[in-house]
Amino acid sequence: MADVNITIDSKPVRAPGGTLLIEACKKAGIEVPSFCYYPNLSLQGACRMCLVKIEKMPKLQTACTTMITEGMTVTTDSPEIHQARKGMVELLLGNHPLDCPVCDAGGECELQDMTFSYGAAESKFIDIKNHRDEQQWSPVVYFDRPRCILCYRCVRICGEGMDVWALGVENRGVNSIIAPNRQDHLECEECGMCIDICPVGALTSGAYRYKTRPWEMKHVDTTCTHCADGCKTTLGVRRAPAGMEIVRGDNRDKSGINGDFLCIKGRYAFDFAHHQQRIKQPLIRKNARLTPASWEEALDLVGKRFAQVRDQEGGTRIGVIGSNRTTNEENYLLQKFARLVLKTNNVDHHRTADFPAFAAALAGRGDRTATMREVYHASAILLIGNDPTNRHPLLAWQIRNNVRLHRSRLYVINSEPIKLRRQASFFAQPPAGSEARAVEFLAGEEGAADALATSSTPAQRWRDLREKLRSEQNLIIIFGSEIRGRDLEKLVKFGSTLAQAKFVCLSDYANSRGAADMGLYPDLLPGYLPLNQGTKFRDDWGELPAATGLDLGEMIGIANEGGLRALYVVGSNPLGRLPIDPFLLSKTFIVVQDMFPTETAAIADVVLPAANAYEKSGTFTNTCGDLQLVRKAGEITGTKPDFEIIVRLASAAGFDIRKLVPFGKRGTHADMGQSRGAQAGEADRHAVWLEAHGLEPKLSPFDPMAILDEIERLVPGYEVSRSNLLAGNDQHTTVEGPGMWHDPALIIPARDDLFTSGTLGRYSRLLNSVIEHRQGVPAGEVVAG
Amino acid sequence: MKFSPQFEQRFEEMVSHYPTRRSVLVPTLLYAQDETGYLSDEVIRELAERLELTELEVRNVISYYSMLTTRPRGKYHVQVCTNIACLLRGGEEIFEHCRQTLGIGGGETTSDGLFSLAEVECIGACSWAPAVQVNYDFHENLTREEMDKILGHYKKKGTQ
Amino acid sequence: MAFLVSHPDEVKIVSQRFGLGAISIDRYLELNGYKAIQKTLAMEPDTIINEIKNSGLRGRGGAGFNTGLKWSFVPKQAPKPKYVLCNGDESEPGTCKDRLIFEHDPHAVIEGAMIAAFAVGAHTAYIYIRGEYRYLSLIMQKALADAYARGFLGKNIFGSGYDLDIYWHGGAGAYEVGEESALMESLEGKRGIPRIRPPFPAVVGLWGGPTVINNAETLASIPHIILGGADWYASLGPPKNGGTRLFCLSGHLERPGVYELPMGYNLKKMIFEVGGGIPGSRKLKAVVPGGSSTPCLTADEIDVPMDFDSLMKRGSMLGSGGVIALDESTCIVQFALRTMKFYQHESCGWCIPCREGTDWLKKTLARFHAGGGIRKDIDNMLYLSENMLGRTFCPLGDAAAMPTIAFVKKFRSEFEAHLEARGCPFEKAGVVEQLPVLA
Repeated sequence: MADVNITIDSKPVRAPGGTLLIEACKKAGIEVPSFCYYPNLSLQGACRMCLVKIEKMPKLQTACTTMITEGMTVTTDSPEIHQARKGMVELLLGNHPLDCPVCDAGGECELQDMTFSYGAAESKFIDIKNHRDEQQWSPVVYFDRPRCILCYRCVRICGEGMDVWALGVENRGVNSIIAPNRQDHLECEECGMCIDICPVGALTSGAYRYKTRPWEMKHVDTTCTHCADGCKTTLGVRRAPAGMEIVRGDNRDKSGINGDFLCIKGRYAFDFAHHQQRIKQPLIRKNARLTPASWEEALDLVGKRFAQVRDQEGGTRIGVIGSNRTTNEENYLLQKFARLVLKTNNVDHHRTADFPAFAAALAGRGDRTATMREVYHASAILLIGNDPTNRHPLLAWQIRNNVRLHRSRLYVINSEPIKLRRQASFFAQPPAGSEARAVEFLAGEEGAADALATSSTPAQRWRDLREKLRSEQNLIIIFGSEIRGRDLEKLVKFGSTLAQAKFVCLSDYANSRGAADMGLYPDLLPGYLPLNQGTKFRDDWGELPAATGLDLGEMIGIANEGGLRALYVVGSNPLGRLPIDPFLLSKTFIVVQDMFPTETAAIADVVLPAANAYEKSGTFTNTCGDLQLVRKAGEITGTKPDFEIIVRLASAAGFDIRKLVPFGKRGTHADMGQSRGAQAGEADRHAVWLEAHGLEPKLSPFDPMAILDEIERLVPGYEVSRSNLLAGNDQHTTVEGPGMWHDPALIIPARDDLFTSGTLGRYSRLLNSVIEHRQGVPAGEVVAG
Repeated sequence: MKFSPQFEQRFEEMVSHYPTRRSVLVPTLLYAQDETGYLSDEVIRELAERLELTELEVRNVISYYSMLTTRPRGKYHVQVCTNIACLLRGGEEIFEHCRQTLGIGGGETTSDGLFSLAEVECIGACSWAPAVQVNYDFHENLTREEMDKILGHYKKKGTQ
Repeated sequence: MAFLVSHPDEVKIVSQRFGLGAISIDRYLELNGYKAIQKTLAMEPDTIINEIKNSGLRGRGGAGFNTGLKWSFVPKQAPKPKYVLCNGDESEPGTCKDRLIFEHDPHAVIEGAMIAAFAVGAHTAYIYIRGEYRYLSLIMQKALADAYARGFLGKNIFGSGYDLDIYWHGGAGAYEVGEESALMESLEGKRGIPRIRPPFPAVVGLWGGPTVINNAETLASIPHIILGGADWYASLGPPKNGGTRLFCLSGHLERPGVYELPMGYNLKKMIFEVGGGIPGSRKLKAVVPGGSSTPCLTADEIDVPMDFDSLMKRGSMLGSGGVIALDESTCIVQFALRTMKFYQHESCGWCIPCREGTDWLKKTLARFHAGGGIRKDIDNMLYLSENMLGRTFCPLGDAAAMPTIAFVKKFRSEFEAHLEARGCPFEKAGVVEQLPVLA
């Protein structure tokens, strides 16, 4: 709508006609208080806190329901308005329990703030307050009715935002109560959005309640370590006997790509870090038993052994399996370590999406990749395969809310009736497993229409779909791992015929995209550069092994024949996730670097206890290619970041670590931290120490930023703005390299859902309690034996 | 879930009167309650399914309307108006009288399941106060004696 | 079945068929029934709307908005279907008039709805009757079936080429649903929570279509205006307050009942002549002039014409026509408490001031009446009520606050007497106990 001129508190304001007055005020820098108004949720007019005076209107009006019109003159504060707001707060306090000293929201409570602002200091109420007992609705959600001020934010975020509709309002008048969908309990996605959005302490979480006071926490912005969407999460940390404990996750500053959103995993499933089976000391197999050892002993043993195999049998007898959950810097460093230190290209990881084929299909058109933010704004979206509601909760949120708020058109092709069909303007259901066939049809194979026809989507409907898609501009095509290899090429070819179409290739873990981008492949260097096109890297690093390495399956395949003398597994549990017979690895020296005694760690010769992503710094790249910072929040004494371990191993193997990490300036002597003891979080403490002494942090060989420099310099598509990145913003990276056509069978989807998260999920008490609550049966949680 | 043929016929007809199915919800709940005595989980499930609603939505609506109940009531639900017009003419005395006669308080049901008692808001009988509704039947211009006769009548009817 | 009364001052228009068996469609036809709609079908919609506007007919539900003006707000062209909705959710304490209309003259409501629908270009109308009025719903369902059977409803009514369906709809016990936007929510199968306005129902109403919502008495008046003419109807009452209305006399009166009197009829006369005055030798203490929501008038204030504007000037409202007389034996605190108990029970709970305010006031009044009051309660009650006034989501908050303010201000001494007596002085005197139950 055209702009109109209005006056707010004698200040001229110009905004589009139809803007809500409360938003126009905000734009003018005037905060109008409210409980029930919440941007992007339906209007309520219920709390009456935003009453303002509009000229020519006899009564005070709610700024949250008034749309501005030309010439409107508004007063947002006056004795009358102040009294009205004070009156509302007083009324609320009539029945609201004043248990602020123990309430989780104390110190972060909007009712407290309003009371403070409007000075409802005198208690006029002397009658007995209405009481109801607190209820536990799920392992995650607790409800304390007396504290509830009925702003209906929870009901709306659950319904409108999440499309779950698990909360409603029962009874009426003063007996009105927020009610869960199963009478006395909730059956929902347990996302915790209702708790997060609650302005008071009516909804609290089982993960956080009564644990701490908000001001006792330090808040750290970082990136979630669970799925590949890359939500920003703010972790509340507090000192604990063994380091720093994470007690809360939220995204209250809304600054990330996820805005308000977090799912159960991002919000609550940080507890794996404190699982009692967390390994906190290096373990060395002695007399067939894994026995605690010192870091020095373990690193020395591994470094020397790796060097020995390399020198005696050649690097090709060593394999390296990287992680989908370690940082870009660590992944980059790991493959560099493999190629430079171990002299092998036997590098791989658990692949959940065919990014090399994506790169090959895009053929240099990296600008055709969409960001997570763009998914929220695109005028049309085509979703092929996957089930974002369960596997990409943020992506699903972006899609749903784009449809709801911007009337975006959503086209869904899925052989399963996934939940996002509810938002779809067109849902096409091919026979089971034939999403790739649908791509062939879109790309022009007329014959495919008949093969795709089902009772719900006959052949003609497929043709209609293609017609509609062809007319879309700015379409974002999002596809799951159903589309791989040459099918992906066909899809990109189809997309390239549309104006401005962009793509999102969906992978499964927090940094799967980063693992792929950073070259955890036996035949690809970082940035999807084939080994024979790695001049850039050779110039920088020196000579690299030329022969294509072995992929994960091949490494295991030759292990038992003595082909693989050593295997270095970082942040991965191939034995737990893939059908591998442990016997095949019985002759291999296995080093596992992980948090937990996984199936793979159980057969290791050395286990190095690693820090997780919440305990170190670096960057993650989400499935869209958005690069974001990972910042250290928690700390467990005895563990080390993978980055530091790799550097130390290189050192122990006799390698000049200056050739591995470009730290320091010429001639600078690096302090490797020994002077301050070999304790957990050393790299970060070291960084703090350096900063405190006015030195550049990257003077340390353990500083990932030094490697990020190199990544930005050498990896195509990673030339991002460092200052924006460090400010906490997401920076889009693109897929530029030539890529490669791999065997599609190498892609093995993780098949995690909302309540599982690979290895991490197995060690999250919270996630397991939710699974039990939902199924009424014990989940497969790992418990201390 | 089985309702009477009349219910089914009325339901089908009413659904055709509105552009959305859920529009029939409020009167349908009352008709269902008339047949089953109260809105059981089963009734709620059935109607939610028929009207393409969640059970939560149906419960939210039920709990809003004071005539609807999810708990059994007596065969004869004695609703005594004590609102202002009835108050002035002895509504509270009538309520107190019913309490004593039936031996139950408001919201309670007699042990034989015959009567339940409720103090209700204005039933639109102000000019003929005090007034009582037993199920849907109005009884107006009441005295204690009149009330005794009415309760006696229902007791007889209910135990036949 | 409600009892009929009469008084010579009555001008029987809406009530003219009461007791005459007009429940039967044949009898209704004999008594000039369905003539107005036939006349209307030959008129231009704008002419009809102007006629109603000029008649000075104002909404009989309580707000008293000019009916013709309300109709004129409906857009001529609308992308969505238009609707007429009859508000028969009568629940305002002190009001029992729609009940008589539905009981004695259901076809008049149907005919009124037909005229309204034709005038605004709607093809569907609903008659919403409160759930407690089951027997009236049966009467209405029968009347509608009869009208359909005669071809008065459905396709091409009276050969005019105009199609109209009218359906019955029932409530299930909620005062708030009488508020027009909550009524629409209820009809759509939802909780009776009012809607944000604007947009007003005339523009965005049922299922998003323009909707005219009129009280049953308002609609029942329409056919008479069409047949008798706007000027005739307007002349029955004072300027801008056309016609007659059904006054429901209740409380401490010799002859309570529903009487149809011209607008502007003197309240004192209404109490002492039409209603027969106060039983026994007791004196009048106060009158609630228009249903429980309207501020009471003291015995000294009742020499006032009963029309919307005159009562407004007196600081009260004509409301829904429920005139409740309180004699000197009445404890105002108890009366205020019972009034607040009602609003507390009926508040939909949507907005803070109404939900919390009614509960707080009820608690305070209950404690106060029981003898637990403290001096600052009196001012607190005023303060609370004034904080609710004009600030709630819908008029229910005002409806609860306004009478409370009047009770406290006009009968402060009675409140103070409760403080001094540490309880209700009326109960201690045994007056309430001795109140005769009248037959």
